[in-house]
Amino acid sequence: MSESAVSRPSTGTISGKSIVLDNVTKQYPGQSSPAVDGVTLEIPAGKIVMLVGPSGCGKTTTLKMINRLIEPTKGRIVLGDEDVTSIGGDELRRRIGYVIQAGGLFPHMTVAANIAIVPKMLGWDKGRIAARVDELLELVSLDPAQYRDRFPKELSGGQQQRVGVARALAADPPVLLMDEPFGAVDPITRQRLQDELLSIQEEVQKTIVIVTHDFDEAVKLGDWIVVFTEGARIVQYDTPERILAEPANAFVENFIGSGAGLKQLTLRRVGEVTLADAVTVHAGEAAASAIEKMERADHNHVVVLDDRERPVQWLSRRQLARLDTLTDVPEDKLPVVGQGATLNDALDTMLVSSAGAALVTGRRDVFLGVITVETVMDAITAARASAAASIGGPVGTNSDAIPTVAPDAPTSAGSSMSQAHDD
Amino acid sequence: MADFLGSRFDQIAFASWQHLSLVVQCLLLATAIAIAVAAVVYRSRPLSSVANTVTAIGLTIPAFALVGLLVAPFGFGVPPALAVVTFFAILPILRNAIVGLTGINQSVVESARGLGMSRSSIFLRVELPLAWPVILGGIRVSAQMVMGIAAIAAYVLGPGLGGFIFSGLSRLGGANSLESVLTGVIGVVVLALLLDLLLVGLGRLTTPRGIRV
Repeated sequence: MSESAVSRPSTGTISGKSIVLDNVTKQYPGQSSPAVDGVTLEIPAGKIVMLVGPSGCGKTTTLKMINRLIEPTKGRIVLGDEDVTSIGGDELRRRIGYVIQAGGLFPHMTVAANIAIVPKMLGWDKGRIAARVDELLELVSLDPAQYRDRFPKELSGGQQQRVGVARALAADPPVLLMDEPFGAVDPITRQRLQDELLSIQEEVQKTIVIVTHDFDEAVKLGDWIVVFTEGARIVQYDTPERILAEPANAFVENFIGSGAGLKQLTLRRVGEVTLADAVTVHAGEAAASAIEKMERADHNHVVVLDDRERPVQWLSRRQLARLDTLTDVPEDKLPVVGQGATLNDALDTMLVSSAGAALVTGRRDVFLGVITVETVMDAITAARASAAASIGGPVGTNSDAIPTVAPDAPTSAGSSMSQAHDD
Repeated sequence: MADFLGSRFDQIAFASWQHLSLVVQCLLLATAIAIAVAAVVYRSRPLSSVANTVTAIGLTIPAFALVGLLVAPFGFGVPPALAVVTFFAILPILRNAIVGLTGINQSVVESARGLGMSRSSIFLRVELPLAWPVILGGIRVSAQMVMGIAAIAAYVLGPGLGGFIFSGLSRLGGANSLESVLTGVIGVVVLALLLDLLLVGLGRLTTPRGIRV
């Protein structure tokens, strides 16, 4: 799993614009109930907002009303500080990137021609378009020289999807809309594309709205998640942490599926929790001095490091007693996790090694400390507590709905955002 | 037969050229009309099925009868021939154009809309190029068919190889009558094959590489 959205450092400057759907309704003629019923949704600039819900809940309709592929029956859409409800649909769409499943590339045009569509419509000159195409292909990790002149059918599904993202970003729109973008690729490619989207977002800082039916994807990618039910009624609009910790009702709980706790583990990284100390000795020292150190610290294990501070062995009192001097022969199946790993990975390592703890390494595999099952438990408890305490953020309601936030939660706008930066 | 061909070579060559020219011009006109009509109807299911029904019925009209009927409004000569050949040429092209345009993957059209392309530029830059191979298939069918229909135009004194067929048939048993008919028929077949070859070449040149099979 990749890093969680909220803990992502902001390296670029926000180039996205906020989006506000103000009481937007879509009523199709001949249907008794509206497909989207009076949605008011505030999408903060530079964030990734995931729209999730069962099929037919109106999440895609909601997305398509943002760029007016579907014209709202009622309501206002505000992009940045401009009301775009009545400007020309085509003009609006040129300012909003749009990516669909499998990219939706034009099969009769080369990769470069596909990417160049919007810049061409905007009247850019040839040199600028060519430079932009290459820049975008680099951004989505495709070698321009190799892929520029290929046709979509000569690309794999994942590559097509990347070109689709490049095409949507071509004219540097502040907003990117994605409709089930990773639905048509295999799980491994999907994971890679998700990781790439996050790293692209780190760079471009767009406002991204993604429709998905995969809750795990929502947790992984989203800064905020909107859970919809029939008629695009917003059941909960919250951070992934809070949705996992405090699902608004049984519907959300069901939607999260089993293992909410385990999913929370994927939101935190080993480097973000406080590690336990360990007694360290270096290879070549006498076992007796190691035992002495261990007793002074009142520990039962020592970690043996090699000359570059990398852990090689993890010895118990009993093992030490049988040794004279310590060697740097690496121990088999030493439970080691990197500090970039998620708590989920760490727990997995612990379970496999049956040690109930794992060694944590940092850059160049230097030993940092020990993570234990207790550390993980504490981190979860803390996360749940802080998620429960943090409340506020963007608005998301339906016109005639009761407030969607849990009634017992205190209101202090923005605290969830500050929580986002203190890890 | 050789004598017949030798003595009338210039006449045959001229008639062949006239025949081919009539067919090609009618095909161009028919393609333009068919695409224009398809552009109007393809987005609406009811209109498309009306158009398909009309083409199906149109193809059952005996060409000979239609040529005869058109003498009243158009008189004799080139105009009725042009009208009949174009009418029949439109039908297969229109049919294929509708099939081609409605068969385009809707996700491609949706992403084109999502990029902010206007209706007309989606049609010209996305839908038409993607439907082109199918439309071209219709043009080829049309070309084969109207080669024969153009021969009937000779009935109303239209241009082309039909003249040899009709004059031969009208004095069947007489000198060179069979040769005359055969010249007309074989000429039409040769021209049809030639034109088909040209259309295949045109298809190669005009089909974008990305959608060639």
